[in-house]
Amino acid sequence: MPSKQELLDLQFIDARHMLINLAAFLDRIDRHPGPDDYRFTALKNAIPILLEQGPDRAKAILESFSDQHPNIDTSAPFQGASGAARPEN
Amino acid sequence: MVSRTTDDYEKLALAGCEALCEPAFWAGFDRSSTDGFFDYFRQLTEYEPKRAAKFGIKHFSWLCINPKEADDPGFAREVMSLIPQFLDRPTVLGIGEIGLNKNTRNELAIFEEHVQLALDRDLPILIHTPHLEDKLKGTRLILESLASFSKLDRGKVIIDHVEEHTIAQVLDSGYWAGMTLYPESKCTPNRAIDMLEIYGTERLWMNSACDWGHSDPLSVPRCALEMKRRQHTAEQIERVIYQNPLEFLSQSPKFSL
Repeated sequence: MPSKQELLDLQFIDARHMLINLAAFLDRIDRHPGPDDYRFTALKNAIPILLEQGPDRAKAILESFSDQHPNIDTSAPFQGASGAARPEN
Repeated sequence: MVSRTTDDYEKLALAGCEALCEPAFWAGFDRSSTDGFFDYFRQLTEYEPKRAAKFGIKHFSWLCINPKEADDPGFAREVMSLIPQFLDRPTVLGIGEIGLNKNTRNELAIFEEHVQLALDRDLPILIHTPHLEDKLKGTRLILESLASFSKLDRGKVIIDHVEEHTIAQVLDSGYWAGMTLYPESKCTPNRAIDMLEIYGTERLWMNSACDWGHSDPLSVPRCALEMKRRQHTAEQIERVIYQNPLEFLSQSPKFSL
């Protein structure tokens, strides 16, 4: 198993790149006109999880985007998924 | 590989791929008739094995009506009535990829009818879990549903597309788990390797998404390379990308290399 140092040598630049991309995305959405969107809200709600201590941050972020509504509909009005649970859920 | 070019088969062969199994899945659009599915099942069981064989790759398939088109139970049952005539074909391994898409009662009913079909014929099952925000709920529903089949051999069922929030439930319930690798949007090679390091290699495999979205047939060899960079041994890599699929798929008497 590689050490922390070895993993950082291998992946730090990539993680830095992804974080800056995320920051730029937040800036970009803020800069453009339009109403609030549940996906952007879900994204911002997930960001504090990054700073939590513990081994399950990826799991917690996936759960934060998940549909937790207990109801099961008979049929679906659409087929796709948007990546974040809709507010009505 | 119906969504892929012949060049992709060549790349897979060059990367050392010996065999692949292709589940029946969505065509990128809803088929308008059962005839569309009849032709699709012929493509999966007749043409694709020949196309793969030109590159020395053995091609196997799983048959079903995929969950994305299973929300109309009447139509889904018409398609399901076509499946038995294809199940005895020499490269058909089992039923899949069945499962859920939007977690509806209609999808769940068709899912359970597919499970019963597999049980009646003692076939392995490949299960699709929904993507993105629907995965957690869908995985729970699938596990609850499967638990009602008392005669099901859980070792003959693989639940695919697990991620960090669903993998433990699947493995703890005794099923195989599949991690589907994508270049973006879903599980990446590095996240799959994290899960391997945390959960071990027992009853776990990786597969490359080869669908109509952004996906890469070479995801598994790319992940193997990343495992090497992260100091996994050749034996560990061999176990997860070769031995585990071999162990699971060999439960079908039709599978051989």
